[in-house]
Amino acid sequence: MTFDEIESRAIAEWEALEHSDKPRILIGTATCGRAAGAMAVLETINRELKRRKIKATVTQVGCIGPCYAEPLVNIIKSGRPHIYYANVTPELAAQFIEDYLVKDDPRPDLALGTVGEDGVAGIPKLFDLPMLRSQPRIVLRNCGLIDPENINHYIARDGYSGLVRALGMKPEAVIEEVKKSGLRGRGGAGFPTSTKWELCRKSPGTLKYVICNADEGDPGAFMNRSLLEGDPHSVLEGILIGAYAIGASEGYIYIRAEYPLAIERLELALRQATEYGLIGDNILGSSFSFHIKIKEGAGAFVCGEETALMASIEGRRGMPRARPPFPAQAGLWGKPTNINNTETWGNVSAILQKGADWYAGFGSEGNRGTKTFSLVGKIKHTGLIEVPLGIPLQEIIYEIGEGILKDKRFKAAQTGGPSGGCLPASLLNLPVDYESLTQAGSIMGSGGMVVMDEDTCMVDIARYFLSFTQAESCGKCVLCRLGTKQMLDILEDITHGRGKLEDIDRLQKLGEQVKAGSLCGLGQTAPNPVLTTIRYFRDEYEAHINEKRCPALTCTELISYYILPDKCQGCLICLRNCPAEAISGGKRMVHVIDQSKCIKCGTCLDLCPTRFGAVAKVSGEKVAVPSEPIPVTAARPDAKDSDESSNQ
Amino acid sequence: MEKINLTIDGQEVEAREGMMVLEAAQAAGVYIPTLCADPDLKPYGGCRLCVVEIEKMRGLPTACTTPVTNGMVVHTNTPAVNDVRRTAVELLLADHPSECLVCDRKERCQPFDICLRNVAVTERCVTCPRNEHCELQQIVDYLGIKELPFRRTTRSVSIDSSNPFFDRDLNKCILCAKCVRVCDEILGVGAVDLIYRGYASKVATFGDKPIIDSNCVSCGECVVHCPVAALMPRKAELPTEEVATTCPYCGVGCQIYLGTRNGQVVGVRGRREGTVNNGFLCVKGRYGLEFINHQDRLKAPLIRKEGNFVAASWDEALELVASKLAKYSKDEVAVLSSAKCTNEENYIAQKFARSVLGTNNIDHCARLCHAPSVAGLAQSFGSGAMTNSISELGDARCILAIGTNTTEAHPIIGLEVKKAVGKGAKLIVANPREIDLVRFSHIWLKHKPGSDVALLMGMAKVIVDEGLIDLEFIEQRCEDFSTFLSSLKGFSLEFAEEATGVEKDKIAEAARIYATNKPSSILYAMGITQHSHGTDNVIATANLAMLTGNIGKPSSGVNPLRGQNNVQGACDMGALPNVYTGYQAVSDPDIRKKFESAWGCSLPAEPGLTVTEIFDASYQGQIKALYIIGENPLLSEPDIAHAREALEKLEFLVVQDIFLSETAQLADVVLPGASFAEKDGVFTNTERRVQRVRKAIEPIGDSKPDWWITDELGKRMGGKGFEFSHPSAIMEEISRLTPSYGGISYGRLDNGGLQWPCPTKDHPGTPILHREVFTRGKGKFIPLEYKPSKELPDEEYPLVLTTGRSLYHYHTGTMTRRVKGLNVLRREGEVEINPGDASSLGIIDGEKVKVISRRGEVVARAKVTEVSPVGVVFMTFHFAESPANMLTNPAVDPVAKIPEYKVCAVRVEKI
Repeated sequence: MTFDEIESRAIAEWEALEHSDKPRILIGTATCGRAAGAMAVLETINRELKRRKIKATVTQVGCIGPCYAEPLVNIIKSGRPHIYYANVTPELAAQFIEDYLVKDDPRPDLALGTVGEDGVAGIPKLFDLPMLRSQPRIVLRNCGLIDPENINHYIARDGYSGLVRALGMKPEAVIEEVKKSGLRGRGGAGFPTSTKWELCRKSPGTLKYVICNADEGDPGAFMNRSLLEGDPHSVLEGILIGAYAIGASEGYIYIRAEYPLAIERLELALRQATEYGLIGDNILGSSFSFHIKIKEGAGAFVCGEETALMASIEGRRGMPRARPPFPAQAGLWGKPTNINNTETWGNVSAILQKGADWYAGFGSEGNRGTKTFSLVGKIKHTGLIEVPLGIPLQEIIYEIGEGILKDKRFKAAQTGGPSGGCLPASLLNLPVDYESLTQAGSIMGSGGMVVMDEDTCMVDIARYFLSFTQAESCGKCVLCRLGTKQMLDILEDITHGRGKLEDIDRLQKLGEQVKAGSLCGLGQTAPNPVLTTIRYFRDEYEAHINEKRCPALTCTELISYYILPDKCQGCLICLRNCPAEAISGGKRMVHVIDQSKCIKCGTCLDLCPTRFGAVAKVSGEKVAVPSEPIPVTAARPDAKDSDESSNQ
Repeated sequence: MEKINLTIDGQEVEAREGMMVLEAAQAAGVYIPTLCADPDLKPYGGCRLCVVEIEKMRGLPTACTTPVTNGMVVHTNTPAVNDVRRTAVELLLADHPSECLVCDRKERCQPFDICLRNVAVTERCVTCPRNEHCELQQIVDYLGIKELPFRRTTRSVSIDSSNPFFDRDLNKCILCAKCVRVCDEILGVGAVDLIYRGYASKVATFGDKPIIDSNCVSCGECVVHCPVAALMPRKAELPTEEVATTCPYCGVGCQIYLGTRNGQVVGVRGRREGTVNNGFLCVKGRYGLEFINHQDRLKAPLIRKEGNFVAASWDEALELVASKLAKYSKDEVAVLSSAKCTNEENYIAQKFARSVLGTNNIDHCARLCHAPSVAGLAQSFGSGAMTNSISELGDARCILAIGTNTTEAHPIIGLEVKKAVGKGAKLIVANPREIDLVRFSHIWLKHKPGSDVALLMGMAKVIVDEGLIDLEFIEQRCEDFSTFLSSLKGFSLEFAEEATGVEKDKIAEAARIYATNKPSSILYAMGITQHSHGTDNVIATANLAMLTGNIGKPSSGVNPLRGQNNVQGACDMGALPNVYTGYQAVSDPDIRKKFESAWGCSLPAEPGLTVTEIFDASYQGQIKALYIIGENPLLSEPDIAHAREALEKLEFLVVQDIFLSETAQLADVVLPGASFAEKDGVFTNTERRVQRVRKAIEPIGDSKPDWWITDELGKRMGGKGFEFSHPSAIMEEISRLTPSYGGISYGRLDNGGLQWPCPTKDHPGTPILHREVFTRGKGKFIPLEYKPSKELPDEEYPLVLTTGRSLYHYHTGTMTRRVKGLNVLRREGEVEINPGDASSLGIIDGEKVKVISRRGEVVARAKVTEVSPVGVVFMTFHFAESPANMLTNPAVDPVAKIPEYKVCAVRVEKI
């Protein structure tokens, strides 16, 4: 089959689907959807359709981004716009099958948004929602819209046309096209992709490798997983284009074994592409041959580093090695090798499909195109987002993310995974691009973005991230292995109230040495959370050290709970529930916490009826309380809603 | 190689392309501290001490991993560099028992001094076994670190003392990974690796078990390379003097320094420069020399009186031997010389036999190992020794290792094979057993024991049929090709598959690999020679090499690996019944005349009896007196029961040895020899390299060097030309009478020895034989036919027994059985048996079983292992408690007279 035949068949299949009389139901069953209960919803939908003998097409699709709204179900009736329903439960699913499919009531009250030219009264347009409106969708262009297990869906939406275009060009011209697009490595370092390809292309040797780095190791990051689960062919197409441009004949996709669904879909995609002659010998009748294998990684963070990744593919311990030689000169098994991140490959297919000029229209000078982030933490709209590079941080937090949970105060955003830095509120205007982030002491990284509110202790967060990088250090470099350990010990001290003032200087000095003296990106960036929190939140460190006070009331060792004698009603709730039996008192006696027994679990604060509000959580200060239980003198507040015993 | 110019600390430095900045700096005399760089190992860049600043490069690259480039400007001593360096060492010290390194009293603190002010500090100073030899300590001194800014972290890992030769104290480990790297990169063993991550990272064996339970081969290279005291030899007594000499174990001829203290050997160190071993040693060479000082050493001559040995003076013993031996005619006496003794001693032994006893009945154990090599290669090439050198192996593009368990029997040559594989060479292993080299092979031909001719001729036929021969070489350099061609007709792939049990595709593939990846080198050992058709096997390898032109060129050739330290030298010296030194035939009248005039006596013209024939003749009463020097036939002869009877029938038996061996116990007179450490001389290693043996200590007790003893006997029996006062004088006589040794003298051997032929004083020696012409003129193709082994399995004896060596023991164990640690690592003989055979016999791993052949039976522990193929059991011959040679077949090769040690029929029974 020629590609034209393949393409026209695919388009025919897609159009038949679009214009089908049968209603279609799309359900997001990527890992994020599944975690939110999508499979139970799917089961209910199938059961209800069967029970009611409704003929409908149910398609499992990938994630379109708004994780906070998962599970997401999209119902398309012939000639109507798509209607998205959010946070769907099995009960709700049954409900709108009844209401919309049977009774034709689209239930605007349950709907999140519509997609399509026409609208539905009472339902906003999905892409007008604040979360989605400032997101150009290049990498995620198909996610959530197509069946990732059907190659025809991808092809019908311009899929593999980029490869066809590339095969019609000289390899050098393909590299030139990528150069013109301004694409930089989306793994985090931002090295120009075309330069990397060029180096590898020029490297002598007949056997060359390309590798897709899908070893997404940052805690809380899921960009690559979502892309591979939602649109695996876009990545494969990118790899094929890159391999052609570089002159590589073998490829690997290095992916975490913890991503079983992504692996399954990739394997299927590989089979389908091979059947269509898009992978294998003489691709689409050209002289270009390319084979690709999937290698599952065992979940070591450092294996995201390219030399460690290659060592892992070779069956050795994943440990970085010094460069030179660069992978482009001597990489996998000593052969010239080009490694790009999953997202970079996803961009490549789009660039070749739509052209470099189109792509360069997104982003800012020197930072062209878009970047996906997994927006998580104390933010209202968590999810997978794609934004043009150079977008102000503010816009991501307050428009796309719709601000901080419970409308608390924004304290910091951490970009770049565990070795990124924490950016304070004063930097909310910072454009999110490679250079600005580096200048601010952070990194772009592969796209983790963790938002923190006023309740987050910045010393503790630095300690947390450092404990991650320390545990994931491969152990090779003395400074990374032992330096981060010493830093971690100091941070433990500070969060436990044992810190000394000189510790801050020592952390800074040691952090700089670890950065300067480590071989790979892990060690060179591991101190970033510590250094940036000292830079932007030094007052919190000083409060921990000088006043033994945790301003965010987070560090267990530095907080105390007191029962306020003027508010306690002597209701026994906290006393009965204290796991440490640290509370003494009796009915209508003011309860007293024995501070030596208290384990700071906060149960008393959680359980004390809000109308009493008798438990105080403080840090660095003492509250005057009686040493022994005394009779309650406080006036009893109005017990409007419930009796205290119902709280138990 | 291109020259590169760079600047290091303002100094113009010239370096070679491919050098790292660290090497260039060291060559220019610029010191850069490092703990993980090692000239033997690939660049690592872990300790971060060698960071430097390089203009136009980002950050602080490590000098050990950064290749030099033209115009590079390096600064090794800047504030940024020093900060990182100091911090790295301070961090290491915080994680290392380091009091000894920063104590302000350390200069004054000597071992056994008690520091009253700070006991703990002093205690650490004197108890760290590396004190004053610790690389970390040296760097702390260099950086002038006096205090520890970081808090101490302690690991409290218990010390692994499971290996008998060294301790692993991971509390002191600095994770430079040199042990991991040396075990992987040099040894290819991989007994240890890094496990866990972050601060928990550590060096561990598989499953983090004690090292004894790992696949560690106890070579101790990791111990040598450890910069701190994490790996320490158990016996760490430091020598006061060191003497350069040659290892007395296998034929590789590793160069060592024997460390002595108070007249005792206390340590061994590999010699690096210009040596076959490049400083590396195996477990026996490094840790196996404590037999020198063993209490069992014979310290005085012993004379049997009324059945018991009685110590005697040298005068009494020598007079007795001289007077007894004088009674027998030349047909009634024989001498067994020794492949463990020096060339000078073998020379004296054969001179004594020929000129004093008047007999050519002199032979030695080469008969039992490489007689077919001498016989076969002499027919094909004209010279029966390794055609090429050990150091060339690393550059071979293909190695065919057939009938050699190289990593066990010749461990240092094993390293060269692994090096070649590491550089991309193809390795073909032909062996019935799944030996360690199989792990490194591209193709493993698991042929049936004894089917080598079928295998090699099958390969030859493929090479001919597929046009892969080197016709030009054959036409110009060889003869009798057409007769050989016609003999190939019988070796179709189908026949080869049938005879060898190897799939024909594999045979064809191996042939193609061998023929097309030049230079190809053939290695073989006893698996080829110890057969009733051993000479044919050898000829088959020679045919294959000539067919492809793989001879007379670097990294090619046919390379028999000699088993004992000086088996090559003993042959060279004419301790053989048919030749004088340098393979000069006794039957050649001119040569005989030369020796008669040199020695001032008349010499017998008829070749004498071989070892195997001597035993038969003794058994039949024809030989009545036997003088055995340094051999233990009661374990090494096939069919030991027969050998014992033969010895018992002798009227007079003299045994000269360093221990009271099984054979010595039957002697009438025992003469105590001195060990290699106690005398001067030369050994000739397997690659024909003549190397010095130097006296390090005085002979133990009243023992004497073997040359002195035989020399005394010669004098006392009226021999002429036995007035030697030192081995160097014997060497002068050897070079006078031996063309191939003509240019060899002690003075020329100091820098790495000389490979014979070395005919003149200015000849540089010959690393590669047959370069322009073969020794015999033209290489001779010899047609062969396949002959099965003499004793094949049948219903009564359904299994094949094959024998060999263990890495941990040597020959009949006289030396290695007296090294305690080696007996911890391998304490007894085992019968290796395939799980399939074991289960059908109901045998479980580790139980004692009886192995029975037509000649006898032995009891040994069963080791159930896939290493042994179905239908084949394997035993080593080192253990007197389970002597495999009770079972072996004395059937011999008709030409070389070597017994068929490698194949006999046995059955195994549960006890």
